[in-house]
Amino acid sequence: MRVALFIPCYVDQFYPKVAIATLRLLQHLGLDVHYPMQQTCCGQPMANGGFEHLTGSCNSNFIKAFAGYDYIVSPSGSCVLHIKDHLHDDKQEAAASTIRHKVYELCEFLTDIVQVKSIKASFPQKVALHQGCHGQRGLKLASSTETVVPYFSKPVQLLKMVEGLELVDLDRPDECCGFGGTFCVTEEAVSSAMGLSRIDDYTKHQATVITGTDMSCLMHQEGLIKRKKLPFEVMHISEVLASGLAF
Amino acid sequence: MNTHNITHPEAASEFLRNKERVQWHDETLWFVRYKRDKVVNEIPEWEQLRELASQIKDHTLSRLDEYLQEFEAAAISNGVTVHWAADAAEHNRIVHGIMAKHGAQKIVKSKSMLTEECHLNEYLEAQGIEVVDTDLGERIVQLNKEMPSHIVLPAIHIKKEEVGEIFHQHLGTEKGASDPLYLALAAREHLRQKFLAADIAITGVNFAVAETGAIVVCTNEGNADLGAHLAKVHIACMGIEKLIPRTEHLSVFLRLLARNATGQNITAYSSHFRKPAAGSEMHIVIVDNGRTTQLGREAFRNSLKCIRCGACLNTCPVYRRSGGHSYHNATAGPIGAILAPNLDMRKNADLPFASTLCGSCTDVCPVKIDIHNQLYQWRQVLTKEGYVPAAKTASMKVMAGVLSSPARYTFAGKWARKLLRWFPSLAMNKKLNPWARQRDLPEPPKESFREWYKKNSREL
Ligand code: SF4
Repeated sequence: MRVALFIPCYVDQFYPKVAIATLRLLQHLGLDVHYPMQQTCCGQPMANGGFEHLTGSCNSNFIKAFAGYDYIVSPSGSCVLHIKDHLHDDKQEAAASTIRHKVYELCEFLTDIVQVKSIKASFPQKVALHQGCHGQRGLKLASSTETVVPYFSKPVQLLKMVEGLELVDLDRPDECCGFGGTFCVTEEAVSSAMGLSRIDDYTKHQATVITGTDMSCLMHQEGLIKRKKLPFEVMHISEVLASGLAF
Repeated sequence: MNTHNITHPEAASEFLRNKERVQWHDETLWFVRYKRDKVVNEIPEWEQLRELASQIKDHTLSRLDEYLQEFEAAAISNGVTVHWAADAAEHNRIVHGIMAKHGAQKIVKSKSMLTEECHLNEYLEAQGIEVVDTDLGERIVQLNKEMPSHIVLPAIHIKKEEVGEIFHQHLGTEKGASDPLYLALAAREHLRQKFLAADIAITGVNFAVAETGAIVVCTNEGNADLGAHLAKVHIACMGIEKLIPRTEHLSVFLRLLARNATGQNITAYSSHFRKPAAGSEMHIVIVDNGRTTQLGREAFRNSLKCIRCGACLNTCPVYRRSGGHSYHNATAGPIGAILAPNLDMRKNADLPFASTLCGSCTDVCPVKIDIHNQLYQWRQVLTKEGYVPAAKTASMKVMAGVLSSPARYTFAGKWARKLLRWFPSLAMNKKLNPWARQRDLPEPPKESFREWYKKNSREL
């Protein structure tokens, strides 16, 4: 099984350690992982900003980079959702469609494809999980509180395998943090207010570490946390799942 | 009134200045959603009900012309006078015409978002007619000369102490009184006089049954009934999308509406009106006002399925923190942000961007409107039609250029990180970079992942 790592552009540039943790974790599970050097960005910032029509060359670049792998895995629910919903290319639509079906967010790849039953990680901390909306409601990584369906959560399923980890309950387990791509800048006031509400929820439940499936949501919340000098550590779920693993 | 000259982000940051009010607004609406979650979970077949409602509405919209004719014929044979209005202006003229015919000077109105959309109050008041909104929340905002900020809870942005002040000024209640019961009783006394004096009652329509020509109006205060039964003339105003084919379909929608709106099992009053009582008149005004245009816009058609439960507003984290007035439109929140650009793209181009596309609205919607996808689609349309600032287009073009080439991307990324390290103050400029107003930037690492990978991949 040849697995391609799809690392979102901002993770590549600002959070290389998240990409390294993802790579290590997949390798630890015995997978043959590659990082296609051709990749840049999935085009989501432009598309969500209303400029889908400018994403053509981004799309063809993405297809060139990722064609031919069995699976494409990314530590970002949001970027994966964008590819699944919006990757198209008139000149190579068949290849685009194959990629749309082969791309997975890290947690769903681990639970649904690799079907991991145990992870040797250990992380003795009180952890709050921020469920990124695009992953949760878009990719259905977890049931949402609005719908009447049996509860499930792929990230929680994985976090429960980590030794010593205590997951705290939140008042609003699936409320958006307000990042929203360009929204965090164009609607700065609302965006920050939303993020601060999330942080109040973590404080109230005495979490020490905030984790999530999307580094973008976490980057925004980390920015607020640092500005307020709050005593939280922010870590992507790949880092939590890889902590204490021997490489 | 569509008097907006400030955009959603501006109005929202204005609203957000009063931290206490915002927190209370957010918590109150969240509580409504929480109640809603509790009661919908008591219905194991909830998701099937949603699906059924969605299919009934899809079907009705696909044959709307036929159902409208069926409805009209049935209503006429019931003795109802049916009017058709192409737009808001025609709607207002028709209503005024009926009034003129009866020499009516005093009107009681029960909450109707359609008359709000058509700005009927301003129109009638300009003709010297007194219009009294009889829904308690609507009356509060009316006395305060505002628009409703929510489609179900019109005065949700006003605290009870402020209601006390408004009532003190207009109804002569004691100064400083804020006891809800005291205020409600005062309002009841005041409204009762208005009901008794009214010549004509206007109501909205929640559902119109094609088969029978009947209409159903749902309220919690019984004000629609009281108005319609006391006045000699009842005018019901409805958008063309309010139709459902048969009486039996009502059971689906009445189960969904109140539960999803406020967490009640059913609204206190679900009043059915079919024919005028002896000696009185009943009129139904059927309004298009942009709805057929929306019907013709493939991507936005199913926004017409909306039954106005308000749940997408309650659940929307942006709405809860920006307040209904920031949407500068009769219908606020996520659904308002889809309906408004249909009426006027230029005026409302900001609204589809007032969302993080979190999708909570889509999951909460009882008729399964893919709200967040439609907001995404509107963004594409508005951008292509040139309704976004030129600077944004220019920067997006640059971004597209950088991100479509691995070489340009690597180069730009490297320099951006270096610049951030060398001149952090540049990026921390709160004016130039809104990110930095309340947030720190991530610390740029020396090495990107791709640089690390290039060095280390051989040993991996
Ligand atoms: S769009 Fe859906 S959730 Fe929103 S008001 Fe309409 S029916 Fe209710």
